[in-house]
Amino acid sequence: MNFLQFSADQDPGANFGELLKRVGLSPFVSVPQSILEDMPHATTCVAVRCSDGVVMGGDRRATSGNLISHRGMEKVVQADDFSGVAIAGAAGPAMEMVKLFQLQIEHYEKVEGQSLSLEGKANQLSMFVRNNLPAAMQGLMVVPIFAGYDNDINQGRIWDYDATGGRYEERDFVATGSGQLHASTVLRVSWRRDISTQQAVELVSRALWEASDADSATGGPDLLRGIYPIVATITHTGFTRIDDTALAGIYNAITTGVQQR
Amino acid sequence: MPYYVSPEQMMKDRADFARKGIARGRSLVAMQYQEGIAVIAENPSNTLRKISEIYDRIAFAGVGKYNEFDQLRVLGVRAADLKGYQFSREDVDARGLANQYAQMIGQVFTHEVKPLEVEILIAELGKSAETDQLFHVMFDGTVLDERRFIVIGGDPESITQHIAQSFSAAQSLQECILLARSALSPSEAPLTAGDLEVAVLQRNANRRCFKRITETQLATFLD
Repeated sequence: MNFLQFSADQDPGANFGELLKRVGLSPFVSVPQSILEDMPHATTCVAVRCSDGVVMGGDRRATSGNLISHRGMEKVVQADDFSGVAIAGAAGPAMEMVKLFQLQIEHYEKVEGQSLSLEGKANQLSMFVRNNLPAAMQGLMVVPIFAGYDNDINQGRIWDYDATGGRYEERDFVATGSGQLHASTVLRVSWRRDISTQQAVELVSRALWEASDADSATGGPDLLRGIYPIVATITHTGFTRIDDTALAGIYNAITTGVQQR
Repeated sequence: MPYYVSPEQMMKDRADFARKGIARGRSLVAMQYQEGIAVIAENPSNTLRKISEIYDRIAFAGVGKYNEFDQLRVLGVRAADLKGYQFSREDVDARGLANQYAQMIGQVFTHEVKPLEVEILIAELGKSAETDQLFHVMFDGTVLDERRFIVIGGDPESITQHIAQSFSAAQSLQECILLARSALSPSEAPLTAGDLEVAVLQRNANRRCFKRITETQLATFLD
């Protein structure tokens, strides 16, 4: 472990990304076109506002071209106690971005002695997405959703991003990834302003089901291996992942419903 | 006109200077309790912290000049976060940090015009009480590896004696805080919740084991 000292104009302050740049460890680099073709890509993620906060969800499949490269990817991850990130796009840079984002939040909190506001975290993530723009232009696009519970106003908040780092706060719900269209149609039809957390969990599961049913790059519940999409709630008590038994029940009801169509 | 000062005299002068600076401040105690390690400091400020988090299982505390130990704290957070990012979170340890601090503080003590007027504590929570580590880095870079409890700054001898009499690693957090309070309090009046800063490294926590005890919680412990 080495103590790094910087002159006043070079000091990165509480910014972990800047610190990495100073020591030459920054993960944001441009990549030659030739290696891009077989990169794993990750797909459908959604976030929905509900009465107690927000519910996030994401499927587990990563694809390389027409092949399934991973069945158990975790695209919805906890960022800190009261927020989470869901990520669609090139798996490598996406996972690196999430790791860096989690570290940035923690690093800031430790250096400054207090945590960033929810808005501040959303803004920070937008800078990470913007830094990834050169790679996005070459095909390594990363498009996250950021959601959390804002303790200052006691409600859930959702942001989505574009490849240039554009940050848009959504009032109701959002979907991203290749199954975006199908998932957001489900959300659009069934979302209600007063939706309860439990209903939102079911709605998110449903949206992911319909996306996986129509989009080959989105994975559905894998009963053979016991792999279910990740669904998590973020409320005033914090980030909670819905366990697989509960999801098994929800998907059982969905498949039964589909059979009876 | 140049004049000669013997190395012994120079070191002694510097040590006296640093010691004087540190003795002006208040003491700070870290000790094991039932579920981890508690760090208790006399600190009336609610914003300028003496105790803080470095990493998942590592806490930092400093006595002496605030700006000096706060700079050391930031260096520690940076070094730890970088190491954890570059390798793995398990690779970040208190021993490495304490050695790095010792080198730096020692370097300043011998080479700079003014030695750092600080003493610091690095505590690492082990998997079990036996593997807990408490490091004490002095103003001249000396590192001490302590067991069970540690007192730094102010008037450590009398406080150490006081704690040694009734210390038990099986004590509850409340007993631990009460013991530290009675050891840190001046004879006239016991310290109140507002005068103390308390933080713990809690063994049963998920990943980040560092927790601050708020003034309200502290008040219930002291009642």
